[in-house]
Amino acid sequence: MINRAELLRFFATKITDEIVVATYSSASDWIDIADRPLNYFSAGAMGLASSHALGLALARPERRVVVLDGDGSLLMNLGSLVTIAKVAPTNLTHFVFKNGSYEANGGHPIPNAGTDFAGIARSSGIAKSSTIHTLEDFKARANYFLTEPGPVFACLDIEQGPLGPREYAYMYRPEQRQALRDALAAGK
Amino acid sequence: MATAGEAATAPIQKLHGAKIIAAIKQAGVDHILSVPDLHTSQGVLRPISTDNQLKLIRVCKEDECIGIAAGLTYGNIRSLILIQYTGFLYAINAIRGVACEQNMPICLMIGLLQKEPGVLPQNSKRFGLRIVEPMLDVLGIPHTLIETDDDVERIAPAIEHAYAHSHPTAILIGGRAI
Repeated sequence: MINRAELLRFFATKITDEIVVATYSSASDWIDIADRPLNYFSAGAMGLASSHALGLALARPERRVVVLDGDGSLLMNLGSLVTIAKVAPTNLTHFVFKNGSYEANGGHPIPNAGTDFAGIARSSGIAKSSTIHTLEDFKARANYFLTEPGPVFACLDIEQGPLGPREYAYMYRPEQRQALRDALAAGK
Repeated sequence: MATAGEAATAPIQKLHGAKIIAAIKQAGVDHILSVPDLHTSQGVLRPISTDNQLKLIRVCKEDECIGIAAGLTYGNIRSLILIQYTGFLYAINAIRGVACEQNMPICLMIGLLQKEPGVLPQNSKRFGLRIVEPMLDVLGIPHTLIETDDDVERIAPAIEHAYAHSHPTAILIGGRAI
């Protein structure tokens, strides 16, 4: 099991100009660690992070787009894996933090915590799908995740984090979205 | 426009999919996001699928379209979401949260499957069709009804306005496009 915040602190040292799409608990941890203009917080409808990311990946093919998704979130939009597999953006990396629970909604379990997300991704057509069980394994493959032609998918086995609700207003504010637009326009 | 009962004797005017597609292109749209809709299947989606000026992304469920369209705006890519009214009803939370609350230029082209020809949606015998326009009104999304070729000229301005002023818009396809 991996501590999500610890993994994200390491991940923050590896990224440069990537667009990071984050949602719910992953987003809360991420913004505490890396509050940056190139963040995109998937707001408004749970489960759509991967779809937002697909649009961004097509819109900005020169950039890597990395999704920090949740298992409960992805379960609400499993079809997006099929769509992503078909569109096959080479600049998309999709991480799913799997803790088996709706952490942002009180910590209730997802319908089946034994779900093999990497297996679903692979059978959906994303061949480069894997499961990561330890931080050491993630560290060893971090460069691969950021450079391998996508779509790349990895399910990260994590510990339960702090239960929600957490502060969302700051990350979802319009200024955050404008900051991303400005950064992209400036080529940052 | 007639009531559902009167429509049986009203002459049926034509709506050509080729004109709709030309209007879509005129508005600068080059990505189409779609779940197939029987109402627009042959007249609009089928020709789009072979049109090399338009990139068609087939999605599994309608709310996916909302996220993808939002992401595409970050590359100034204009997209159109081509779905059936049932898919619109399904995706309302995503439309509310992404398109409305974030003031995104999300352009919906919604097929009104089984709407009686020449009958306004609110006068349809079908409950699902009657609630489409009231739902759009509640969401604050401007909408226009395309029933015949004469209405097609309203498509491009609706899309242009949505992108110019960053708001969602809905184009309701009432006539069966051929």
